[in-house]
Amino acid sequence: MNLKAETLSKIDEVITHYPVKRSATLPLLHLIQEDIGHLPPETSEWVAAKLELEPINVLEVITFYPMFRQKPIGRRHIKVCRTLSCALVGGYKTCATFEAEFKTHLGEVSPDGEVTVDFVECLASCGTAPVVLIDDELHEKVDAAKAKQLSDQIKAEAKKR
Amino acid sequence: MPAPAQRRIIFQHIDEPGYTNDISCYVRHGGYEVLKQAVTRKPEELIDEVKKSGLRGRGGAGFPCGVKWGLVDRKSGKPIYLIVNADESEPGTFKDRYIMHQDPHQLIEGTMISCFANNVRQAYIYIRGEMPHGARILEKAIAEARAANFVGPNILGTNYSCEIFVHRGAGAYICGEETGLIESLEGKRANPRIKPPYFPAVLGLYQCPTIVNNVETLCHVKYIAEHGGAEYAKIGTPGNTGTRIFCVSGHVQRPGYYEFPAGTITMGQLLNDVCGGPLPGRTFKAVIPGGSSAKIMRFGERYKGKRKVGTEMVDYDWGVEDVPMDFDSLGMIGTMGGSGGVIVMDDTVNMVEALANINAFYSHESCGQCTPCREGSLWMKKISSRMVHGQARPEDAALLKSVADQIPGRTICAFGEACSWPTQSFIAKFGDEFKQYSETKKTAKPADAVALI
Repeated sequence: MNLKAETLSKIDEVITHYPVKRSATLPLLHLIQEDIGHLPPETSEWVAAKLELEPINVLEVITFYPMFRQKPIGRRHIKVCRTLSCALVGGYKTCATFEAEFKTHLGEVSPDGEVTVDFVECLASCGTAPVVLIDDELHEKVDAAKAKQLSDQIKAEAKKR
Repeated sequence: MPAPAQRRIIFQHIDEPGYTNDISCYVRHGGYEVLKQAVTRKPEELIDEVKKSGLRGRGGAGFPCGVKWGLVDRKSGKPIYLIVNADESEPGTFKDRYIMHQDPHQLIEGTMISCFANNVRQAYIYIRGEMPHGARILEKAIAEARAANFVGPNILGTNYSCEIFVHRGAGAYICGEETGLIESLEGKRANPRIKPPYFPAVLGLYQCPTIVNNVETLCHVKYIAEHGGAEYAKIGTPGNTGTRIFCVSGHVQRPGYYEFPAGTITMGQLLNDVCGGPLPGRTFKAVIPGGSSAKIMRFGERYKGKRKVGTEMVDYDWGVEDVPMDFDSLGMIGTMGGSGGVIVMDDTVNMVEALANINAFYSHESCGQCTPCREGSLWMKKISSRMVHGQARPEDAALLKSVADQIPGRTICAFGEACSWPTQSFIAKFGDEFKQYSETKKTAKPADAVALI
C-alpha cells in the first residue's frame, strides 16, 4: 500500500478512538479510499494486519457497504438520488441528463475519464429534491437544466487542467 | 380550522440569518448553560426529568426515551456507551441533517447531558457516510467543545470525563437499525442482532450496556434538562409530548421542515395550510406519513372507530385530512408517525410505479441475513419493476401481496416489516390500479410524465 504520510498518521490516530481495534475498519477504509480513490486488492490484507484481523473480516466489510469501491472511478463522482421523493420530481431525468452529458453509463468511468455517474439511494435531503452529491458537495433542486449546467461546469474545470 | 403556529424549539435557529455553527455563536445564544447547570445535579434527577417528560424517540419507533434509559444495566460493572444515531436514511426524512449542519452544538450539548445522566464515559456519533460535511462540522464542533471543557477530561471541574468521537457509516440503510448500527461500529457488516439476548441496554456495543438515541431526541433532552420534564409534557398532547418535526417532500407547493407541538396539527392543515396544497391543477392522491416504510394513506378513504379522549371513549370518523399527526392517531388508523417523513403524491402518480420505486430501495438495502427479507424484497422489486418495464398481469397484485405477507414476523429485525408494509398497503388501498395496470400501460403517457422506476 502506497499511502501518504498524512493518511498514515490519521490511521494511527483514529485507531485510538476505540477500545477494540476492529472498530476502526470503516474509518481505515474511508481514509484509504480518500487517499487512493478506491480500495485496491491489497487493502484487505493491509487493514487486517493493521487491526489484527483476518483479511476476510475486512473484505466482507468492503463488499457490504455501497460506498466502498474496489475499482477506480472518474475524477469526479456524481451521485444522483434515485429514491421516491427525488423521483417524484424528476430524479430519473436528472440522472439521464448526466449520463448523456458525459456519454457514459451508470457505474462506469466516462470516456474522457472525467466522471462516474451513480444512481444511489436516498441522500436525506428530500425537501429540496432532486438532489445530487458531487464528490462531497450536495446540490439541491437539480432538474435537467441544472444538471446540464453542473455538467458544463465540470467540463470547464476539466479543460483548465 | 387554520393550522396552529409553528413552535420551533429544536429548529429555533435553523435558517436564522447570521446564525453560524461555531461555538461562539452558540454560546452567545445561551449555549452550554444547560450543561453547566446539569452537571451540578444528580444524574438520577435528570433521568427522572426525561421520564416525566414523556419524550418518545424521534428515530422512527417512538419508544419512550426515559424507559429506554431505565432499561440500562447499571449493575454489570461494565462501561455504558451512548451512540448518537445520525444515520438518517429513511426515505422522506431530512431533519437531523439540518441540526448537524447548522446547529451541531445543540446536539453535542444534548449528548453530553445525556451522557452525564447515564454515567457514560464514551459516546460515538454514527453519521451517514453520505454526509462528509456533516462529519467534519461535528468534528470541529467537538474540538471546540473540548477546548472549552464541555467535552473530554474533568468537564467543568466536576471530575466527570466523557469523550465523543464521530464515526462515519458507508452507505447502508440498515445501520439505522440500532443493533445493525452497533455491529457496524464494531467494524463488521451491519447485520442486526437477535433480541433477546442482544438488547442494547444490556448487551450492546462490545457486549456492554449501550444507549442508542436519535439526533433529534437528544436535542429534546437538552430542552427537558433546561425546562423540566413537567413543563415539556405540557407541550403537545398526553402520550405525544413535545414538538415534532415534519419533513414534507413530494408533490406540495412548499416542501420543507416544520416543527409543531405534537398532536396539534392534522394532515390536512399540514399539507394545505402549511405546505400550500397541491401543485397547480393537481389534486392529492396519496400520502405516506412517516417515512417510506409507513403504510400509505389514500385521499378519499375514511377511518372509523373508537378512541380514548381523556377517560372517555368517543367515536371518530376521519378523512385523511382530519388525522392528527401524532404517533397514536396514526398508529390507530393502521399506519405510523415513524420518523416524521411525509411523502406526498398527486394524481399524476401511478401507484404501481411508485411502489416499484420503493421496492427497489428496500431490495437494495436488505442486509441479506434473513431469507424471507432478502428474497422477498428482491422478488417484490422484480415483480413490480417487470410490471412497469415488461409485461403486467392482473394476477400480479395477488402475487405481490403473497410475497409481502410471508416476510413480517419472520425476520431478525423490523426491516422485514418495513419492506413489506409498502406492498401490503399499496395493494390494499390501490388494488384496482395494480389489476388494471396492463390496460393502463396501453394508453400513451403525457410527454411530461415523470419516471419513477
